[in-house]
Amino acid sequence: MDNVLNQIGIENYIFLSVILFSIGVFGVLYRRNAIIVFMSIEIMLNAVNLLFVAFSTYHQDANGQVFVFFSMAVAAAEVAVGLAILVAVFRNIGSIDVANLKNLKG
Amino acid sequence: MTTLIAITGLGVLCLIFEIFNLRKGIIPVTIIGLLATLGLTMSEYGTEASYYNNMIVVNNFSVTFSSLFIVLTTFIVAMSHNFYSNHPTKISDFISIKLFILAGAIAMVSFGNLAMYFLGIEILSIGLYVMAASERLSIRSNEAGMKYFLMGAFASGIILFGICLVYGAMGSFDVAEIASLSRSAELPAWFFIGVIMIVIGMLFKVAAVPFHFWAPDVYEGSPTLTTATMSTLVKVVAMATLFKLLVVLNAEMSYAFQMIIVVLSIASMTVGNIMALRQVNVKRMLAFSGISHAGFMLMTLLSLSTAAGTLLYYATAYSLAGIAAFAVILYVCGKNENEDIVNFHGLGKTNPVLAAVLTGALLSMGGIPIFSGFFAKLFLFSDTISAGYLFLVIIAVINSIISIGYYFKLILAMYGKEPNEERTGTPVLYYAVAVIAILLNIAIGFFPSLIMDLM
Repeated sequence: MDNVLNQIGIENYIFLSVILFSIGVFGVLYRRNAIIVFMSIEIMLNAVNLLFVAFSTYHQDANGQVFVFFSMAVAAAEVAVGLAILVAVFRNIGSIDVANLKNLKG
Repeated sequence: MTTLIAITGLGVLCLIFEIFNLRKGIIPVTIIGLLATLGLTMSEYGTEASYYNNMIVVNNFSVTFSSLFIVLTTFIVAMSHNFYSNHPTKISDFISIKLFILAGAIAMVSFGNLAMYFLGIEILSIGLYVMAASERLSIRSNEAGMKYFLMGAFASGIILFGICLVYGAMGSFDVAEIASLSRSAELPAWFFIGVIMIVIGMLFKVAAVPFHFWAPDVYEGSPTLTTATMSTLVKVVAMATLFKLLVVLNAEMSYAFQMIIVVLSIASMTVGNIMALRQVNVKRMLAFSGISHAGFMLMTLLSLSTAAGTLLYYATAYSLAGIAAFAVILYVCGKNENEDIVNFHGLGKTNPVLAAVLTGALLSMGGIPIFSGFFAKLFLFSDTISAGYLFLVIIAVINSIISIGYYFKLILAMYGKEPNEERTGTPVLYYAVAVIAILLNIAIGFFPSLIMDLM
């Protein structure tokens, strides 16, 4: 693994992760469909997981890879709650468009 | 460390009580368990220890803040009895989620490893997403839950990226190791980017300007008891965690970073107060008031080495006043669809005790003497002046004066207008919580050294 990382360079892993993370951020900010927003959040979290594994190899330290398990478990729990909220919203409003959620204004 | 295990065990016990059909016992047993855990936590005061490969660090900071969180959760659990009287079958779920939120909060202030910090913040947030959307037939609650979930998950992603960059720079998640490495000279640029991203994520959770936009909607739409949790417990937890993180990650803050804190603090105070002036919904008004208080609490970050006691005192004063205010709001708006100020008309004639408590709570938040909010602001301002930011204190004082404006709008509505509805029933627990919280608030106002000397 060390050879691969030496050939490619840690910077490129960081660039890739930052690009994926930014795709996720723009997805959250610009898309109006709640499912796509959820997917964008998953892209953000998985971009970070990728970078964790790269750094873990870079430092020759297993902690980073263990952290990825934590973050995957947390992401799964988060999306489970999010989808439950989504189902409740769909039953009440009949749509999963985030733009329809504007009853609260002050 | 025993605190965390005891609280989690208590949460599991609530779920087991439901299996054996002992619903009536859940709230008394939880309150007794929380008080016992409070004693257990306080007995650890003065000791320094770390457990599980430095995952959990117990010191005075974590013990005092954990005790405050346990007290706040006890009040919130006590209010649950009346609040959930329409959903008796779900009481065990609600109480156990509240206890798991508390477990996350305690993990957040006693972390010794960034993994524990991340798990703590996620346990806290996921529990709150459920609580915010827990009125599943109400469109407002759904909307609040959805908005809170989207913003919270977004902030979690940013925090995770920050942790990752810090790990990439340091090669370790252990905060003691990171703190010692961060004093060395050659640090990669990722480290600072990582710290900034963690701080941005935490500012989302604290609801400081410019990351505050979710707060009013979420506070207004959520069930009122959840709003009480968010505006007292969660705000204090996030602030304490941000304080601890900055102590750990950034031993000597640069001037530029301090200026960012100053600007955010001024912006939070001003935007929060100005927006609160034109609100008619009380929950929304308290949301903006919370944003301005977040701005005040950010001022403690300017003197990291000395201000831990001040932060604890301000957090205690603010959250006790918040609990007292929300106990009255829960009583007044229990059956109503909305929480507009109209509902409070004439409360001074129909329920003089509750009106007096709400008046006291609002005056404490506004910073009027004899209530502890005044002394909290006094200590905060003197700390900030000795850190060399006189202009920040001047702006903060002006903001305190503005805030009196909207607090008095509510107080005048209670005493100056005629009652427009009959209020029946005396829910003893709301009364008890409101009175005890405001008495504690006044007590720590008379004896500030009780809290200030703990750090």
